[in-house]
Amino acid sequence: MIEYEKKKLIQWSRLGQRKLFGSILNEVADEHQNLYMLAADVGSSAGLGEFMEAHADKFFNTGISEQNMVAMASGMALEGKNVFVTSFAPFASLRPFEAIRTLVGYMHLNVKVVALASGFSLGSQGNTHYALEDIALMRTIPGMTVLSPADCVETAKAIEALLDYEGPAYLRLTGTPGIPNVYKDDYSFTIGKFNKFKEGNDVCILATGAVINEAVRASRLLEKEGISCEVYDVHTVKPLDTKLLDDIADRFKMVVSVEEHYKSGGLGSAISEYYADRINRPLHSIIGVDDIYFRDGDYSYMLEQAGLSAAKIKERVLNDFGRV
Amino acid sequence: MAEVIVHKMDIRELAYNIRKDVLDMTMHAGANGGHIGGAFSAADILAVLYGKVMTEKDKFILSKGHVALAHYAVLAECGYFEKEKLVSFEDSGSTLTTHEIKDSENGIDISGGSLGYGISIASGIALVRKQKEDNSQIYILVGDGECNEGSIWEGVMTASKLGLDNITVIVDVNSQQLDGYTKDIMPINDVGKVFESFGWNTRYINGHNYDEIEGALEKSSNGHPTVVIAQTIKGKGLPSIEGKPGIHHMRITEEEYNGFVQELEML
Repeated sequence: MIEYEKKKLIQWSRLGQRKLFGSILNEVADEHQNLYMLAADVGSSAGLGEFMEAHADKFFNTGISEQNMVAMASGMALEGKNVFVTSFAPFASLRPFEAIRTLVGYMHLNVKVVALASGFSLGSQGNTHYALEDIALMRTIPGMTVLSPADCVETAKAIEALLDYEGPAYLRLTGTPGIPNVYKDDYSFTIGKFNKFKEGNDVCILATGAVINEAVRASRLLEKEGISCEVYDVHTVKPLDTKLLDDIADRFKMVVSVEEHYKSGGLGSAISEYYADRINRPLHSIIGVDDIYFRDGDYSYMLEQAGLSAAKIKERVLNDFGRV
Repeated sequence: MAEVIVHKMDIRELAYNIRKDVLDMTMHAGANGGHIGGAFSAADILAVLYGKVMTEKDKFILSKGHVALAHYAVLAECGYFEKEKLVSFEDSGSTLTTHEIKDSENGIDISGGSLGYGISIASGIALVRKQKEDNSQIYILVGDGECNEGSIWEGVMTASKLGLDNITVIVDVNSQQLDGYTKDIMPINDVGKVFESFGWNTRYINGHNYDEIEGALEKSSNGHPTVVIAQTIKGKGLPSIEGKPGIHHMRITEEEYNGFVQELEML
């Protein structure tokens, strides 16, 4: 069991989501006998240094062979293991996608794909290392659970939940070391239930992943403009919390989704699919990445380019709010 | 599940039954047809594996997923499920589909059909079993065309790195793939040599000689996985089609069926 002490949580935020992953796994590995970890030459990138030493019988480095990693994981899951596999997001999701869909998904296996540094996290490493379409892909697999933690605290929560969860899952880790946690304390995390951050009346903001930081800051800027925002952390993109979405559609004229992902196929798409056949539905501003390739730059540069900075989110919401 | 019979069969008879069942299933499948060519090149290997070599704790992975019908045939003949079920092959909604769906109770361990993953899957299984020290063996049937897939070689590297001598791969080298002869489409001149260079024990056999097959399947405990390079003939058992192109997947008429049945009986 992880202890969620306030001081510890702040230390976590300095590690960032992906380095925290290995550290958390190491802390709880002894409690999970059927755990197995496969990494495609990214052991240290996933913070697995200590785990690799302390739990060598639960770890294998497949080298740079991601399809192999997923297929191997499938074999191990068939033998009763709860297998976590990891690489940088595009190589964990796009490259072995067919194996994920045809082996893990189709056979409904206990394999968790941990995508490191998704979205724009890898900054200057460039477009080959971004994953802006992984939610879209993973959503299409029947029975796949898609988690996207807001910060390091939620990353730990998500890992604990997946260690007890049986079935295919995709864990999308985002953000960079040093981004402050949005959760300052222990809290209740349930797969499939959005968390409310803040209550409001005019606009409902639903954000997923580390970019929630920008969304929360945007909501404060909007308050100053007289727009009251309710903010939700969507840590589970699949399955969606449809009960809550129904409630939101009843209470708000405008809904804003925010994601570090193409507009195509991600959280915004998922929500609008759900609302599509409602007679009364709110105006839905999908804030995400446009259908182009940006010039590379560091993380905050990329967020700015893609319209995902707090200021840009605020502008967009102001603009759309004027229409309702 | 019916009582599983192992080690009680006459291999020649079993191999004949597998081929006859495959013809029956393909006839029944009508317009959907069946992958006769590859099923027949693998039939003798499957007969020896299930009829003589494998014990109940061993595992078989059909990486070459399109010859599921041959796998169904040998499973039925060995008592994993009732033979009557074979007649539902490729019926819409049937559990006996063109490519297998996982059904461990009935001896089918993976949902197959997407080529190139069998050796990796088996490596995962074998690693867990090695840690448990349960002495079981995992057998994988791979096609020679299937070796075009890069993922095959990822599995080959992995099994070698992990010293998985509880893995035996059989490559059904029938020299053909869907669009033609392997030497024309994407040649690998000596596939055994490639395995060997990755550190595997490599054995070469005639894939239709029962003694050679049985001998080659002897377990090794030298810390290296084993590959059996089985030279076979696509469509073996039907002299009228053996080795000819276009027999990867066939629809057969009643007349053709009767002709094939006669050819089989003459062997």
